[in-house]
Amino acid sequence: MKELWKSIDEKNQVKVSRVSHVNRNKNTLDSSVTEIFEDKVMQLSGSRRDFLKLFGFSIASAAVAASCEQPVRKAIPYLIQPEELTPGVANYYASTYFDGLDYCSILVKVREGRPIKIEGNPLSPVTMGGTSARVQASVLELYDDYRYKSPSSNKVSISWDEADTAIMRMLKKLDADKKEIALITPTIISPSTRKAIDDFRKAYPMVTHITYDAVSASAMLEANKISFGVEAIPSYHFDKADIVLSFDADFLGNWLSPVEFNKQYSRAKDLTTGNKRLLKHIHFEPGMTLTGSNADKHVPMKLSDEKNILADIYNKLAANYGSKTFTNSSPAVNTDDYVNMLIQSLGSSIIISGSNDTGTQIIVNAINYLLGNYGKTIDLSSPLLNRQGRDGDMYSLVERIGNGKVGGLIFYDVNPVYDFPAGENLKKLIPECELAVSFATNIDETAEASQYICPDSHFLESWNDAKIKPGMMSLAQPVIRPLFSTRQAQESLLIWAGINVSYSEYIKMYWQENIYNPSAEGFDNFWIKCLHDGVYELERTKPAHPQYRREGIADAFGNINADSENYELSFYYKVGIGSGKHANNPWLQELPDPVTRAAWDNYLCVSPADAAANNWKTGDIVSLDEKIELPILIQPGQTKGTVSAALGYGRELAGKAGEGVGRNLFPLMKAENGNRQNYRTIGNITRTGRTYSLAMTQMHHSMEGRAIIRNASLGDYLKNPSAGNEIHAEIAKKNASIYPLHEYKGHHWGMVIDLNKCTGCSACVIACTAENNVPVVGKNEVIRSHEMHWIRIDRYYEGNPDNPAVYRQPVLCQHCDNAPCENVCPVAATTHSDEGINQMAYNRCIGTRYCNNNCPYKVRRFNWFDYTASDPFKNNTYDPAGMTVDLRRMVLNPDVVVRSKGVIEKCSFCIQRIQEKKLAAKLEDRMLNDGEVMPACQQACPANAIVFGDINDPESKVSKLFRDPRNYHLLEELNTLPSVGYLTKIHNQQETAENPK
Amino acid sequence: MQTHSIREPLIKGDKNYATITADIARPILRKPLKSWFVGITFTSILTVIGFFAIAMTIWKGIGLWNENRTIGWAWDITNLVWWIGIGHAGTFISAILLLFRQKWRTSINRSAEAMTIFAVICAALFPLIHLGRLPLMHYILPYPNTRDVWVNFNSPLLWDVFAITTYLLVSLLFWYMGLLPDIASMRDKVKHRVVKKIYSFLSFGWTGSARHWSRHASMSLILAGIAAPLVLSVHSVVSFDFATSVIPGWHTTIFPPYFVSGAIFSGFAMVLTLMLVARKTMGLTDYITVGHIESMNKIIIATGSIVGIAYITELFMAWYSGVVYERFTFFNRAFGPYAWAYWIMMSCNVISPQLLWIRKLRRNLVFTFILSIFINIGMWFERFVIIITSLHRDYLPSSWSHYKPSIYEVAIFLGTLGLFFTLFLLFIRIFPVVAISEVKHILKSSGENHTGKIKH
Repeated sequence: MKELWKSIDEKNQVKVSRVSHVNRNKNTLDSSVTEIFEDKVMQLSGSRRDFLKLFGFSIASAAVAASCEQPVRKAIPYLIQPEELTPGVANYYASTYFDGLDYCSILVKVREGRPIKIEGNPLSPVTMGGTSARVQASVLELYDDYRYKSPSSNKVSISWDEADTAIMRMLKKLDADKKEIALITPTIISPSTRKAIDDFRKAYPMVTHITYDAVSASAMLEANKISFGVEAIPSYHFDKADIVLSFDADFLGNWLSPVEFNKQYSRAKDLTTGNKRLLKHIHFEPGMTLTGSNADKHVPMKLSDEKNILADIYNKLAANYGSKTFTNSSPAVNTDDYVNMLIQSLGSSIIISGSNDTGTQIIVNAINYLLGNYGKTIDLSSPLLNRQGRDGDMYSLVERIGNGKVGGLIFYDVNPVYDFPAGENLKKLIPECELAVSFATNIDETAEASQYICPDSHFLESWNDAKIKPGMMSLAQPVIRPLFSTRQAQESLLIWAGINVSYSEYIKMYWQENIYNPSAEGFDNFWIKCLHDGVYELERTKPAHPQYRREGIADAFGNINADSENYELSFYYKVGIGSGKHANNPWLQELPDPVTRAAWDNYLCVSPADAAANNWKTGDIVSLDEKIELPILIQPGQTKGTVSAALGYGRELAGKAGEGVGRNLFPLMKAENGNRQNYRTIGNITRTGRTYSLAMTQMHHSMEGRAIIRNASLGDYLKNPSAGNEIHAEIAKKNASIYPLHEYKGHHWGMVIDLNKCTGCSACVIACTAENNVPVVGKNEVIRSHEMHWIRIDRYYEGNPDNPAVYRQPVLCQHCDNAPCENVCPVAATTHSDEGINQMAYNRCIGTRYCNNNCPYKVRRFNWFDYTASDPFKNNTYDPAGMTVDLRRMVLNPDVVVRSKGVIEKCSFCIQRIQEKKLAAKLEDRMLNDGEVMPACQQACPANAIVFGDINDPESKVSKLFRDPRNYHLLEELNTLPSVGYLTKIHNQQETAENPK
Repeated sequence: MQTHSIREPLIKGDKNYATITADIARPILRKPLKSWFVGITFTSILTVIGFFAIAMTIWKGIGLWNENRTIGWAWDITNLVWWIGIGHAGTFISAILLLFRQKWRTSINRSAEAMTIFAVICAALFPLIHLGRLPLMHYILPYPNTRDVWVNFNSPLLWDVFAITTYLLVSLLFWYMGLLPDIASMRDKVKHRVVKKIYSFLSFGWTGSARHWSRHASMSLILAGIAAPLVLSVHSVVSFDFATSVIPGWHTTIFPPYFVSGAIFSGFAMVLTLMLVARKTMGLTDYITVGHIESMNKIIIATGSIVGIAYITELFMAWYSGVVYERFTFFNRAFGPYAWAYWIMMSCNVISPQLLWIRKLRRNLVFTFILSIFINIGMWFERFVIIITSLHRDYLPSSWSHYKPSIYEVAIFLGTLGLFFTLFLLFIRIFPVVAISEVKHILKSSGENHTGKIKH
């Protein structure tokens, strides 16, 4: 046999090149991936006869191919291969996500120069590798056709020079005229940006800096100022708490720092580590939020009663500890049990409130102080810095604009025309100012009302830094050159301030001066390490915890509202859309709300009792005081007499996906003492007689007594670890098959999902969508149950609809070892791999949908239309959200096939990731390590609820969890032998019933 | 063949071989009636609408239908099974009744066979158009290919492909075999030169020699022998689509016999619907007598009762098995959101045929006609109930869903009805609707003038 060679060198040292290895940790990827294939390439054998055959075949096929018109494909090879870049191999860059509200330290996956996926940065001490749905989806916003693509003046595109000249002239004029120039920003956690703003203010002394948070914690800042003398938000440690009393604080979904809190919460709910204690979570709220639905006890509460309930708890505790009590009326909820529980857990409880009423927060502080939580579970010496805005500042600014005192407005990363209650008024006032500049990246209502738009770059195109807590620094670096003629806002500010330094240099200078601790390694090395890690923890001696001062309580008690008979409308945020900033993100719009399971809309949640009394049905459109019309959604667990609706919808100018989705409720918000309140009263709710279709992905809400989500109370679990899961062993004994089982000689992939840790935050759903190119189908298709998500989070209610227990379960392809889908496919398009994965060969699928019918878990998804513009037929694309435009398609993961119309698709256990890690291990000539392969859902999960690994390895984490007495398989009585296990849900409930003490 | 003087004659009136040929060929030789033109215009329009809906479905995707992530099959497979069921009567009549020497079949077997073929054509359309990627339908055939991929012989859908194509082929052969002597008769009757040529070609040179007749007879028997088990197998195989699955309401061992009897039940109903109209409009009342209708009605009672027992057995087994999912499925069928469909099915298929125990009703043509329509509807709903009510609420309540057809699905179904009747209307203009030669066979044994009812 002849050995062919390509060069003399190669002939002489064939083996040499194969020795080099890839060192992934340092991102020094070389071309060795291609070597995997070389073994075979080198040994082509062939006779003359074979040659003639091949020759004949190629002539014939060339003739056939030449006669068909081939589309021209633009694949331009690299003339000079960029450093660090191997085609087909991803690079990861550490960066920071901060959208003015949520902070997350991230890794950005970049393929051939395109960022395509966000992962959590495990090095971050705050977010610890977790992400949220919004963080996961943020990469799509980079590729948004509705971004501003160049600076403009009155909607006419201009050059940056023109913009700079004109704006600087105006700034100087206003400064000379002594007219106020307001720079309105969200909370700035970036110290360098803050410094740039300071420099800008130095250049233009008339500039005032207004911090405007669309979702504010204004009252907490005020209350802490009164109670502690520091205007700050404390850090919370849910993992150190035994009991949490949350009053309408959706801390797993939207409140302050949800990724961090999810991490802590899941640790406090973890029973897999031998831990026998569970956090007890009691949640008071008017509606049903993600957090409330996770609580061990959900207490319906009118928000107008909140202060009174807290006051009652305070008084009882104060009486107990001999502290001063105040008068309050008797509350709507009997608090004795809770007070007793709190007394049992001194120093290990957390009381939080989502209220934006200063008095309420002062009482919360007083309670936490009485319980000794400060310095233990609540830490003000290390405050969270991502909410610094005071609502009053914005209200008074708008007043000043109205009085003509403001000459210039600069909007950076804020959209008050949309999300400020008096936005309509502001919209009229903006053109009256002499100068209005917006740094908006995307089309928004405020920018459209402004004269100049100086588009900021997307955060993935930008340099930045962040300080989420004192000493916890992180960096953001650009992972792609700006796609359009955009410029970072900080850079604009510096240029206008006359500082001729690029913002990246500026950050570097700031870090060198303020963060770098001179040492042997040198600043450059320090800087590179910080950039590589994305985070840096300053060594810092923790200051003493601020002293509590018993102030303001009497005032707080003096202001307790009387109970009113009117309906109360409470506002909340959904985990997908949040404040509405990301409205033009189709992934977020299509994310079903983990509570209602409705996508693409906001609606009015009403209690079952009120619905019955008023004969409301889900989908009926009602009018609230003739101010706004919303469709009804009957929400089990909603407090009687209250209605809730999500903010963040009803964007008028956002782009194709975001405009006209739902209704904007910000204008309905009212301020009290300068702080925006989370609820208001509604005079009457009248039916319009019209109905509306909501895009619900789940229409039946009961488990029908089936053992789908197995659960037990903590008390039962402690007696018997397989409590609630007794039938698992019984079924395993009885199941039998006449067919031989598959044999797995190498790996056998499996997954365990801990239902006790999963909070339903839905980060996995978006992560899966991003990783696997899952199409967006739009509202009408969701209404028709055509949604495509490969992983869904089922939600069931149990018990009394007025206050039911809520259960959640992420369901993905179960990769059955005895899969019902596999044997019914006539063309063998879905087959079983020798590693236990149920695979889809999209090319082979002809779309009979038989597999889908025969799947008991209904996890298979069919491409009903050409959602991806990849169909051979032209002009039949169904794309309501603009996902098939070239720009959007840049987000596609090149490792995953884009499916065309008419094929079935489903979870693949991220086969591309398994394959990638297997290749890496092969190159390094080693076995795969446990935990090395992580599917997208697992990697995104902020609760560490998903564990993936090799079941064949008895020492792997997943194998151990498979042997956990809590483990069971969904519908295991069918003997489908799923490779996905679930750990039972354990409620911390029994104590209340059994030992109230 | 023996003469049964007790039995009522199968051919009425004073007939001889010449008058039989003349009677049956008359509708073909004369100009079509106005009603025929009206009929075919209407059915052609329906066909065109149906094919337009099919073209749209292929172009835009199955998303034009209202199937969803939970309900992967709906009207498409309902129609498939319904049409296949209708296609059962023809071969049953010609093959099984031939083997059982049932003389009354001779008047109806021709049209029943034609109906079978047209119904199977309509049926075969659905497994094709329900594919998400129709242009790749050849993947379902086990042909050697360079990719080295093979079909999955474990899949009942693949068995369907073989079962349906075999059935279509054998039915077609059987029908054409029987047609040969009659085509020759037509060839001898027609005057137009071109038409004569065509009939002449189609008759394969049939001269009516003794050798031809002998071969024809043995070939008929052989084909009957092949076709008889097919009658039982096709619908058994179709039922495997459901029976081998894991879905409660589908996973039922009773399905094969239940489906076969249901198929014959619905097939006879469709034959009745067609023949009651045809005998009147085509002047064939002497050949398709009330006695024929009564015989068919007896088969309807028999098969209808089997179907009824099957329904009740299913209910019993669901309860007796103790499986929560099974129990729920059947409870949901009877009292869930599709209860109306279930009770239409029950009343049409179980209750209404029982009325045929009354002889008067059995021989009442108007009643029989209405009943046959009821059964057609009831049997369509049987398939609807099996497919949709089983799928829409299966194991995990989170995925439960609801279905109602889109306009495209309705249009396609109407299109197949149009296609079926168009083909049938063309058939009655081209070929003798009653098998001339076979009726002649029984003239001497079952003709009214030969059994002494009419005195010469």
